[in-house]
Amino acid sequence: MSLAKSPWIIHVNVNSCNGCDIEVVACLTPLYDAERFGVLNIGTPKQADIMVVTGSVNYKNVNVLKNLYNQIPDPKVVLAVGACASTGGIFHNCYNVIGGVDQVIPVDAYVPGCCPRPEAILDGVVAALSILEEKKKGNIKGKEVKLKGSEVPSNA
Amino acid sequence: MNTNDILLAVLVLIGAPIIGCIASGIDRKITARLQGRVGPPLLQPYYDVKKLLSKDNMVVNPSQNFYVVVYLVFIVLSLLMLVFKQDFLMIIFVYTVASLALIVGGMSTGSPYARVGSSREIMAILSYEPVLILYALAIYLLTGTFKLTAVLDASSPMLMYTPLIFIAMIVVLNIKLKKSPFDYSTSHHGHQELVKGMTTEYGGPGFATIEIAHFYEYVFLTGLIFLFWASNPIIGVLLGIIAYLLIIVIDNITARVYWQWMLKLSWSVLLIISIVNIAFLYVSGVQLA
Ligand code: SF4
Repeated sequence: MSLAKSPWIIHVNVNSCNGCDIEVVACLTPLYDAERFGVLNIGTPKQADIMVVTGSVNYKNVNVLKNLYNQIPDPKVVLAVGACASTGGIFHNCYNVIGGVDQVIPVDAYVPGCCPRPEAILDGVVAALSILEEKKKGNIKGKEVKLKGSEVPSNA
Repeated sequence: MNTNDILLAVLVLIGAPIIGCIASGIDRKITARLQGRVGPPLLQPYYDVKKLLSKDNMVVNPSQNFYVVVYLVFIVLSLLMLVFKQDFLMIIFVYTVASLALIVGGMSTGSPYARVGSSREIMAILSYEPVLILYALAIYLLTGTFKLTAVLDASSPMLMYTPLIFIAMIVVLNIKLKKSPFDYSTSHHGHQELVKGMTTEYGGPGFATIEIAHFYEYVFLTGLIFLFWASNPIIGVLLGIIAYLLIIVIDNITARVYWQWMLKLSWSVLLIISIVNIAFLYVSGVQLA
């Protein structure tokens, strides 16, 4: 139960329109107060348990996302917040967009909505907690995601 | 070393982190209340440490683990020396070694955030160390020895003769606990531009060790305040608690300042009031009875 009592999150913004980010930050305000569950928005991946990703992945930031994912110590879960992070959302067929976060790194839980309400995000974090506990029990490690030099396809 | 000493040492080793953990929990609770939030449970720091211990240890280079252990060992050592009424100058030096270990550990990672945090911590040491030395000097002038036995056995409180040094020590406490307005080398909340400062590159058990060392440090630093009224332990402990609560309030009502600002504050105001206090002790020649 130790993991579920103090989930520290790292908030990663990959090409988000900032709508989702404002909602993530709203979770920490006095109205929703995520800290009462022990949630801390920690800046560094080395100390994080839950990776909260907002926005659709593009060729510019895909390596940043992989790098941050690799730096989180196990056990870890990834939470995709918003339509963009889940599927690519309204940007899904833009010339520079790869798609949802699950195209690049394994995602454990999705929070749909554009943008999702803070209650939904908190719900997502709580859902991620049980996955985190399971991973700890089963000793499931996240695979290291390989970085590539240039992800831009020739036709883009 | 007799059985009583060993028993006391074990009591300190076990009791100090528990007190520190609760103090840290109270800090987070009060901070949350002052911000109009409910806040985490009182034992949240304990849950955090337990979780961190269960995670993988991820370090940039293995020497980081060594520095973390040095930090913990020297903090515990300085606390034990304080409890066993050792030489006050020596305690300050041992305590400085602990701070240095954390700085070197941060520097060794090569991460820009850790480096900025470490160099800012060096500035912090530069600004509080003279005040601590003057505190030791005041103890020497009052009792004729650096040994704490004289202070702890005296029947009148030291605060009567060292009120200005007490004020300076409150600010030193603020700097050492890394509370706002001096929380720029690292803090318990992630900062936007600094991430986690010195401790950015620590994770899992390594970071848990730092947290446990912080618990010891809380007790050690309030112990330094306790010395001001050691003649009556109850008032001494109350003094320590009040100083700690004051720091939490200051933490919540002030914004972070530049490190230059802190250096100017300590090297002008704090140093001058401490020297005035020392001059008074020297000229009047009072002795702690
Ligand atoms: S899901 Fe909507 S609010 Fe969130 S980043 Fe995408 S477009 Fe913006």
